[in-house]
Amino acid sequence: MATMKFMCDAERCIECNGCVTACKNANEVEWGVQRRRVVTLNDGEPSEVSISVACMHCDDAPCIAVCPTETLYQRDDGIVLHDKDLCIGCGYCLYACPFGAPQFPKQNAFGERGKMDKCTFCAGGPAETKEEEYQKYGANRIAEGKLPLCAEMCSTKALLAGDAQEVADIFRQRVVQRGHKDGGWSGNPRADADSLAYDATQQG
Amino acid sequence: MSMSMMHAGAARRLLTLLVLLAGLVLSQLALAQQADPGREAAFAVPAVDAELWRQVKEGETGPNYRDSRAESTYNLVNTSGETWRQIRERWVSPFGAIAVLGMMAAIVLFYLMVGRKHLDEPRTGRKLLRWSLVVRSLHWTVATLFILLAITGLNLAYGKTLLRPLFGDGAWSAMMSGTKLIHNYLGPLFGILLVILLLRLLSHNIPKAHDLQWFAKGGGLVGKGHPDAGFANGGEKVWYWLLATAGLAVIASGFVLDFPNYGQARDTMQWAGIIHAVGALGLTAVALGHIYIGTVGTEGSLEGMTTGYVDESWAKEHHNLWYDEVKDQAIPEDQLAEHRQASQGDEPAPRSG
Repeated sequence: MATMKFMCDAERCIECNGCVTACKNANEVEWGVQRRRVVTLNDGEPSEVSISVACMHCDDAPCIAVCPTETLYQRDDGIVLHDKDLCIGCGYCLYACPFGAPQFPKQNAFGERGKMDKCTFCAGGPAETKEEEYQKYGANRIAEGKLPLCAEMCSTKALLAGDAQEVADIFRQRVVQRGHKDGGWSGNPRADADSLAYDATQQG
Repeated sequence: MSMSMMHAGAARRLLTLLVLLAGLVLSQLALAQQADPGREAAFAVPAVDAELWRQVKEGETGPNYRDSRAESTYNLVNTSGETWRQIRERWVSPFGAIAVLGMMAAIVLFYLMVGRKHLDEPRTGRKLLRWSLVVRSLHWTVATLFILLAITGLNLAYGKTLLRPLFGDGAWSAMMSGTKLIHNYLGPLFGILLVILLLRLLSHNIPKAHDLQWFAKGGGLVGKGHPDAGFANGGEKVWYWLLATAGLAVIASGFVLDFPNYGQARDTMQWAGIIHAVGALGLTAVALGHIYIGTVGTEGSLEGMTTGYVDESWAKEHHNLWYDEVKDQAIPEDQLAEHRQASQGDEPAPRSG
């Protein structure tokens, strides 16, 4: 069984927000909720770097651990989904998530937040019919054999989605091709020792 | 001829030089293109290093941090979320369960070993007013709310483990929605009423020197006879001050959690959640003791909070210092009943509570 993962190659991300738009469009996410966001560090400085963030579909997801209603659950392929019928809007997932993935449409007195929404890896969620599924969770592209639209539409292929092994292989290949001894992270003083770009195939 | 030879030699040398130069330029160009079309442009981003990664994890964001999500208050990575989860799941939940279940077990054990505390002397039939109607109404409202909040709170903390297997999806969903509604809407009411009750009872609960004696004697469990006690004994004062400290902390943190519309930061919510859970679970455990002592545990206590009056013997034994103050106000039981009938429940607002 594949384990599905996102990976954003920070050296390729050009902060175009295409992934954000693609996600909004594919899933018809309700107003005020943005499942994917692009974070830019040191904007305008020579060291500027951007990365696209959404639910990372953690192996040991904190949101699942703290949810009091079992709204959140993990599929066998690692995708973390949510059941909107069970959500009571307590906000615990939002407190626990390291990536700010869970969002609520409202933020009113007496903890009235509405139903939580988050990235589904374009895998929909529990519903009786396809229409209901689309209306509640957005597209189920995984069921159609397609990958999440954000990654599919990424113009620089910075955002990768798919089986963790495949994604890791692609990224490893890039690191080797780039020839950075320190891999994706530049300026590592131990670059020679770590030599993340070590390519076994090139070494006689 | 020699001139032409010389010319031809110079021309050849010049040509060689040109070819060499052209070769050099071409090779430089080829080097610039890195010769390998599959090779990615290796542009180094000098500052993206371990130090930056540390800053990201610490949540240190400079002025040039950007997030494309509107009104986002998130960092790139919020490690406090995982810390909160670990504190909650590893410490608060299990030890809270141990506290509440442990208290239940201790009470059952105490009841089986020591049993109900009966009055030493027979009832005199003369009654003393202990709790006014206002205090009794407040007490039972607060008590009802406390029990509702404790049950719903425990359900939010442990329902997933204990009750989820018993419910189908539909019933579970409705039950949890109801739980959250009760907890969030009755919580503030409980908070306000508890503060009023605490203010009303403050004068009875000022710590006194004889309270130390009360504790030394374990509230009467150690040695013979009852230790001195005023209107409130040492144990009651502890319960009062627990509510006035931990209780207020639970109420304050509850308000923080219940009103996200003021835009509290996530870290504030995490702290409020921990304080709320620790305080509430602790108070639930102690409340079980309060409920036991007030009902099954001690003969003659419950009637004080239901009818407002206690028997003279009870007052003499449990609150001797208070009894000395008010013994001349004792009313015979039948006179009290007559008075009640006459006024049809329209009691004169008693002042002693």
